Amino acid sequence: MAIKRSKSDLIFDIVIYTIGVLLIFVIAYPLYFVVIASFSGPSAVAGGDVWLWPKAVTLEGYKRVFETEEIWLGYRNTIAFTVVGTLISLLFTLPAAYSLSRKDLVGRKGFMLFFTITMFFNGGLIPTYMVVQSFGLLDTFWVIVLPFSVSVYNLIVCRTFFMSGVPSDLLEAAQLDGCSNFRFFFTIVIPISKALIAVIALYCIVGQWNQYFTSLVYTRDPDLRPLQLVLREILLQNQTKADTAGVGMNEVQRIADVMKYGVIIVSTLPVLVFYPFIQKYFNQGVMLGSLKG
Amino acid sequence: MKTAATARKRNKTWSKILQNYDLYIFLLPAVLLTFCFTYIPMYGIVMAFQDFTPSQGVFGSPWVGLEHFRRFFSSYQAKNLIINTLALSIYGMVATFPLPIVLALMLNQMKALKFKKTLQTITYMPHFISIVVVVSMLNIFLSPSTGLYGNICRLIGVEPMNLMGTADAFRSIYVWSDVWQHTGWDSVIYLAALAAVDPTLYEAATVDGASRLKKMIHIDFPSILPTCTILLILRVGGLMGVGFDKAFLMQNALNTTKSEIISTYTYKVGIVSAQYSFSAAVGLFNTIINFILLVSVNAISRKLSDNSLW
Repeated sequence: MAIKRSKSDLIFDIVIYTIGVLLIFVIAYPLYFVVIASFSGPSAVAGGDVWLWPKAVTLEGYKRVFETEEIWLGYRNTIAFTVVGTLISLLFTLPAAYSLSRKDLVGRKGFMLFFTITMFFNGGLIPTYMVVQSFGLLDTFWVIVLPFSVSVYNLIVCRTFFMSGVPSDLLEAAQLDGCSNFRFFFTIVIPISKALIAVIALYCIVGQWNQYFTSLVYTRDPDLRPLQLVLREILLQNQTKADTAGVGMNEVQRIADVMKYGVIIVSTLPVLVFYPFIQKYFNQGVMLGSLKG
Repeated sequence: MKTAATARKRNKTWSKILQNYDLYIFLLPAVLLTFCFTYIPMYGIVMAFQDFTPSQGVFGSPWVGLEHFRRFFSSYQAKNLIINTLALSIYGMVATFPLPIVLALMLNQMKALKFKKTLQTITYMPHFISIVVVVSMLNIFLSPSTGLYGNICRLIGVEPMNLMGTADAFRSIYVWSDVWQHTGWDSVIYLAALAAVDPTLYEAATVDGASRLKKMIHIDFPSILPTCTILLILRVGGLMGVGFDKAFLMQNALNTTKSEIISTYTYKVGIVSAQYSFSAAVGLFNTIINFILLVSVNAISRKLSDNSLW
């Protein structure tokens, strides 16, 4: 009986670890390929010689990337949007979520309803566009960071975290000492909510870094273009041109082709290096908060 | 007596509000932004029933009733758009909903912690890549002349197709690249739920001689079922709301018969061609269908199990 059980467990282990190895390969290989292709000669990549390591090693792709001014303008804009946008989101979301977590808040149910309705019902693209326009926000820096900075999903995650993470006797003790809500929030709630803040900040950073829709719809000014729209131009719109041009690829197109991989690396790396620092917080169940709410 | 009691109660309420005035200050920015950029646009929905021109505004534009809805439903695109949107999201849901659950159950059973952590790190990674880059990678890899796909085809002696330009391949490319990108990340929430399983259940099962597979099926799975139900309700409620971002980037002249969905259509008609009222009508239709879906799924779930959003 005991032997049979361990045998079935062994098969179980073999199956899950095999699937695990396959998954690692399927998910990591495309990423790995981009890395090695970025260091390889364009014709070696296009000709199918690059499989496991770089061939005809060159830094030309990266050189091209660094020489392209648009990319740096996009980079600068995206960093500004990300920093300001994340700060605004945190500044508006955390205090509001804390208020909503307080059981003694009069009108708490009404406020919750006010926010949750917007998760399921909204005016749609065109009416929203008209309102943004009437506020004079079209084609400004602020349209990217302000109007859509409070995500109701994040709000609910934070509220649930505060409800379970801030002990009620702590609040009672503070209130007896005459501590205001304002001070209690900034000197006690914030310091004990580091995991939550890290995760919400990561959401905001990744969201801002990767967004292109808000910029596409609400800004026309090329000086406000974020990195993603610059990438779209370089990677997608040129690709279409190259495909329609057919097989007769000249040297210029080849260089554009190898620049692609470098561009992907340069634009994606900043977000990828961020996340291992925050990864340890993921499994603390912060995200589960959204469901309990 | 009664009036005195209610008066006292009212006084108490007021003193509570005054005492916590700073909590309302905390709420103010979020309420204000939500009101301005979500609630006011809801009022703007009326433009779907008008011949809206920006110069006349919502108050001055003439009313046309259901004219725009009639025009949309009698147009040849309407049927196509609805089918494309639904087909894409149902396909997407069938593929991307169960896989994170399976992955989480597997990860939870892995005892080799280093391997487990590596697997988690790698499967989470694509989630952080922007959609522009993912679609570019699809273009690069699937290129029949220079891409990985083309090279593999030539290696095994098959004529490569122009997949990105094939309308019938659009949905599969869309959905399976989503699986590639988000399965790992989507499993996080289930893993968190699994971490809360009472360890004494496992001990009891071990005493009873249950295999690991049996534990997975009879302990792990039931314990995350409520989480699954709620996420499923949310998914079904969003069926008509297929995001604009990816479909728009994947679109090209060759695949629009399958890749044109309601959100990309409202963008093109509304923002690019400035047919505001018509676009708002199409958007409103979409929102209404979504809302009906959400309410009915929630009702069904409440009947069948105890899990529901409200």
